Amino acid sequence: MSSQNGNGSKGISLGALARRPETGSLIGFIVVYIFFAVLGGPVFLGLPGWSSWLNIAAEVGIIALPVGLLMIAGEFDISVGSIVPAASMMTAMLGGHYDAPAIVAILAGLGVGLTIGLVNGLLVTRTTIPSLIVTIGVMFAVMGLTLGFAVLVKGSTSVSYVPDPLTKSLMGQFVKGFSVSIFWWLGLVAVFFYALHVSPWGNWIFAIGGDKESARNAGIPTSQMTIALFMASGFCAALVGVLQVMTYQQAQVAGGQAFIFNSIMCVVIGGVLLTGGAGSIIGILLGTMTFAVVNQGIFFAGLDPNIQFIITGALLLAAVLSNDRFRAMATSAAAKK
Amino acid sequence: MSDKAPVLEMRNVDKSFGPIDVLHEISLKVHEGEVLCLLGDNGAGKSTLIKTLSGVHQPTRGQMMMDGQEVRFPRPRDAQEMGIATVHQFGGTYPLMSVGRNFFAGAEPTKGFGPFKVFDRQKANQIAVEEVQKMGITRITDGDRLVGGLSGGERQSLAIARAVYFGARVLILDEPTAALGVKQAAHVLRIVNEAKRRGLAVIFITHQVMHAMAVGDHFAVLIRGAIAADFRKGEKSREEIADLMAGGESMADLEANIEGYMETHDGHPPPPAH
Ligand SMILES: Nc1ncnc2c1ncn2[C@@H]1O[C@H](COP(=O)(O)OP(=O)(O)O)[C@@H](O)[C@H]1O
Ligand SMILES: [Mg+2]
Repeated sequence: MSSQNGNGSKGISLGALARRPETGSLIGFIVVYIFFAVLGGPVFLGLPGWSSWLNIAAEVGIIALPVGLLMIAGEFDISVGSIVPAASMMTAMLGGHYDAPAIVAILAGLGVGLTIGLVNGLLVTRTTIPSLIVTIGVMFAVMGLTLGFAVLVKGSTSVSYVPDPLTKSLMGQFVKGFSVSIFWWLGLVAVFFYALHVSPWGNWIFAIGGDKESARNAGIPTSQMTIALFMASGFCAALVGVLQVMTYQQAQVAGGQAFIFNSIMCVVIGGVLLTGGAGSIIGILLGTMTFAVVNQGIFFAGLDPNIQFIITGALLLAAVLSNDRFRAMATSAAAKK
Repeated sequence: MSDKAPVLEMRNVDKSFGPIDVLHEISLKVHEGEVLCLLGDNGAGKSTLIKTLSGVHQPTRGQMMMDGQEVRFPRPRDAQEMGIATVHQFGGTYPLMSVGRNFFAGAEPTKGFGPFKVFDRQKANQIAVEEVQKMGITRITDGDRLVGGLSGGERQSLAIARAVYFGARVLILDEPTAALGVKQAAHVLRIVNEAKRRGLAVIFITHQVMHAMAVGDHFAVLIRGAIAADFRKGEKSREEIADLMAGGESMADLEANIEGYMETHDGHPPPPAH
């Protein structure tokens, strides 16, 4: 059974299940959850625990989805780290400093992400420079522009914005400790699941990551698809920026850098191959949840916060090894009888 | 020969990559139910020629015609839509994708679902397995199986099965037999003959003169990007074709030279020329 058959309907054997890379991600999640449940006790198991790690999962998860699709297509996007603050600065500046209507401020913030994604996509598809390098360059450029813009207009590196109640309730509200971002995240999970596993375009993404030249020869519009994926990641990173403004009621020039590594970590722990060509939304979802549980479980467990880096690092290495083993198994011509 | 216009024709096509001229003044045609064999040494420009025919590259100069009408293929998809299916020399399959997904990459069957398109996995798998089995690969029964687990020959057969399925009018195969064993190669030759019988125009690229002679109606020899010879079945012997491919220098002449040298040099062969 292939990793991309999210809608698998035939009888799933145990053996086939064991060969799916998501199975490793599921086991990883369960182990990590039990570990922190034992140490963290009832508080971690109850609503406070769930809300704290789900809130973290939602933010990084919204970015991990498109970053995962890009990785499946064989590309990286580092610029998400500067799109988050750029978009929140744009929204806060328009809404807070210039008193524009919330919808205008939000659309402008999202537009920043789409535009940067378009620039990334064009640079990657029109040149032969690896996307890792292109998006690092774009990240620094956007960081500089955001800082310059904020200082020029506002003379400060942070801008505050108090959204109207409706906007606040849709994008920046907490319900019993749960952020509304969780719903945005779950909605996007459904959208990305459709795109990758149900729609025909998902096949193009796998093919581009598997062998870009063959995909192009097969008539797949590889450049347009790559540009669209970069725009999706720009959009999602910008959405996180906008959600942050609505939640915290202010935008900071700095911050957002953590999303770069964290999103890649969620994706890799979720079983996506660093070399592209394979992965799944369920895996990315599990990887994100695992990352968030470690990130927040530390506090509930009363452990030294630095231990989270050790655990995350170990998880990452284990994931990379098991993903690679999956790839080796799937591509060895040793025929199973 | 029929009076009908050739299905596919190149007229004085040049192709350069920047300053590098790869094809010069190529004129070729292939008719319905005919196999054109393209022969030539490594680097002669065979792959570049068929990439130009299949929309991967654009000709620098010259014309391409289909049924007597000038055509242009800005993208591979445009060539496919005109019924030209190509199996390129390298790649063509995606190891981490299933047989069904590989087969339909870029031409996925979909089920209608309002504005939402749904990839029809069942249909894709069923057709893919059927077509691959027709190709003699009976070991593949599960369309969900990853292609990475297949042998090189099976993968090549999958790529060919795909081209045969989608190639409504022209089938282009770039060295399809190079990676195959004797039995599998014979199988590919049978497929070529079958496609020809069904009225397709086939362009078959190979290194092996025997393979070419087994299926070819028409032969073109490419040397350094130019057509060095263009002849029909029965007009040249196997040796003559091999000589042409070797760069025009006759193997027989070469042997005569060596013998002449040995006679005048006490039976020693000439030192190798560099
Ligand atoms: N994209 C390209 N850019 C520059 N040179 C190329 C390109 N593709 C092919 N060539 C050159 O064209 C020549 C012919 O290559 P090719 O068509 O692959 O030959 P063949 O298939 O006959 O072995 C080679 O010298 C190759 O280096
Ligand atoms: Mg070649």
